[in-house]
Amino acid sequence: MDSVLTNKNPIIYPKRTRRSRTDQSSTDEFSSTNRIRDIKDPEHPELSLEDLNVLTEESVEVDDHKSYVIITFTPTLPHCHLPTHIGLCILVKLVQSLPARFKVDVRVAPGSHDKETTVNKQLGDKERVTAALENPELVALLNKMMQVC
Amino acid sequence: MKLMDKNLGLVEVQKLEGHTDRVWNVAWNPAADGVLASCSADKTVRIWEQSSLTRSWTCKAVLEGTHTRTVKSLAWSPSGKLLATASFDGTTCVWENFATDSESVSVLQVHESEVKSVSWNASGSLLATCGRDKSVWIWEVLPENEFECAAVLTGHSEDVKMVLWHPTMDVLFSCSYDNTIKIWWSEDEYGDYNCVQTLGELNNGHSSTVWSISFNAAGDKMVTCSDDLTVKIWKTDISMMQTGEGYVPWTHVCTLSGFHDRTIYSVHWSRDGVIASGAGDDTIQLYVDSNSDSVCPSPFYL
Repeated sequence: MDSVLTNKNPIIYPKRTRRSRTDQSSTDEFSSTNRIRDIKDPEHPELSLEDLNVLTEESVEVDDHKSYVIITFTPTLPHCHLPTHIGLCILVKLVQSLPARFKVDVRVAPGSHDKETTVNKQLGDKERVTAALENPELVALLNKMMQVC
Repeated sequence: MKLMDKNLGLVEVQKLEGHTDRVWNVAWNPAADGVLASCSADKTVRIWEQSSLTRSWTCKAVLEGTHTRTVKSLAWSPSGKLLATASFDGTTCVWENFATDSESVSVLQVHESEVKSVSWNASGSLLATCGRDKSVWIWEVLPENEFECAAVLTGHSEDVKMVLWHPTMDVLFSCSYDNTIKIWWSEDEYGDYNCVQTLGELNNGHSSTVWSISFNAAGDKMVTCSDDLTVKIWKTDISMMQTGEGYVPWTHVCTLSGFHDRTIYSVHWSRDGVIASGAGDDTIQLYVDSNSDSVCPSPFYL
C-alpha cells in the first residue's frame, strides 16, 4: 500500500450520539448505517468512515419491502485515491450482514470525486467485484478496515 | 416459421444441487440430448445428464483440480466431444474424454488476467477467448487436443465480457465493459482477422457494459443486452455476406427497454425464435416478434 497519504489532515466530525433501538429485525436506515459506520478509513485506520463524514445517516436509502439498499458515500477529497476500496468495503460489509434477498448499490456522492463514473461503474459490475474479492491482499485490507476496535 | 402459441411461460422442472458457490454459466451439449454442463465460483465444472427413463437430471461428473479460481464460462465444441472452460485464474482449459481413464486437459495460458468467455466456431476448427486484459485470442484447433494461436485481437479499451462466433460464418463478435460490440473478420482463409465494425453509442448501441450476444437460427439477426437496462436487436444482409463479396455491416433494428430494472447479464435467441433475457432483478423475460418482419417499434411482449 502507498506510504504517501493523499489526505494528511482529514477533518474529523463530532460523533453523533447513537440511539438504541429494541427492534432490530427489519432493515432500515438506522441498522444499515450501524453496520457500516465503523468501517475504518484505509488511510487513517484510527478513524471511521462516520468520523470523516464519508458516511452519514443521509448516505443510506433502504427499502426493506422492496429489498434494496443504496449507499452514497463522500470521499474526503475529490482526488482521494482509494474510493474503490471504501466502496468495496461498504458493499462487502452489507452483503455479509443483510439477507440474500437484498440488492445493494454503493456509489460515490455526485460531484464529490474526479473518478466518480469510473468508481461507480466498477462497484456496479458484479463480475469485477467478485474477481477483485478473490485477491487475498485486497481481502486482507478490507478485513482490516472492517475490524471493530 | 411455425406459429407460436402466444401463451409463453417458464415452468421449473428440477433444481440441480451440487455446486457449493455461485453458478456463473450453463451450456447444453449440442450433439447429445439431455446433457448439460455448468461452471461455478467453486472452481469446478459439473456435467449433468437426464435419464431417458425417469426424465430426471443427475450429476455424472465433476471436473475439478485444474482451475484454481472461479470458472466463469464454458462452451461445448460442435461435436459435443470437447468442453472449453474460461476461468478467473487466467487460463482456458479444453477437456476431452473427461471422467474417463483417457481424460486429457489442454491448458491455454495467455491472458494476463481473468478469462471471461470462450466460443467455438461452427465447424469446431477455431476457438476464441477473451478477458479483462482487453484482448481477444483466436486459436486453431489441432489434432490430439492441441491448440495454436492464430490471432491476438486488440481494440477493446476495456474488459471483454463475451466472445461468440457467428453460427454459420467464421466472423467473430465480442462485447465489452467499453460499451461496444466489435466484429472481427478475415478477408481470406489465412486468418488475418481485423475489426471491421464497432457498434457503439453512435450506431444506436449500448450506453453501458454489454454483457451478452446471441444470434437467431438464420444468423441474420443478433440480440445483445447491457448494464444500460436494454436489449437491442441488430440485423445484416446475410445472403450478401455469404456471396463472399466482402463484409456487410450490421445495423440496429430496435431497442427493448422497460422490461428489466437492473443489469441484464444474459440474452439468448432460441431456434424457435423466442428471445430470453436474464437480469439482476431476478427475472427472466421472454420476447417474441409478433410480426415476422421485425420492424421497430414492433411489440415484443412478455
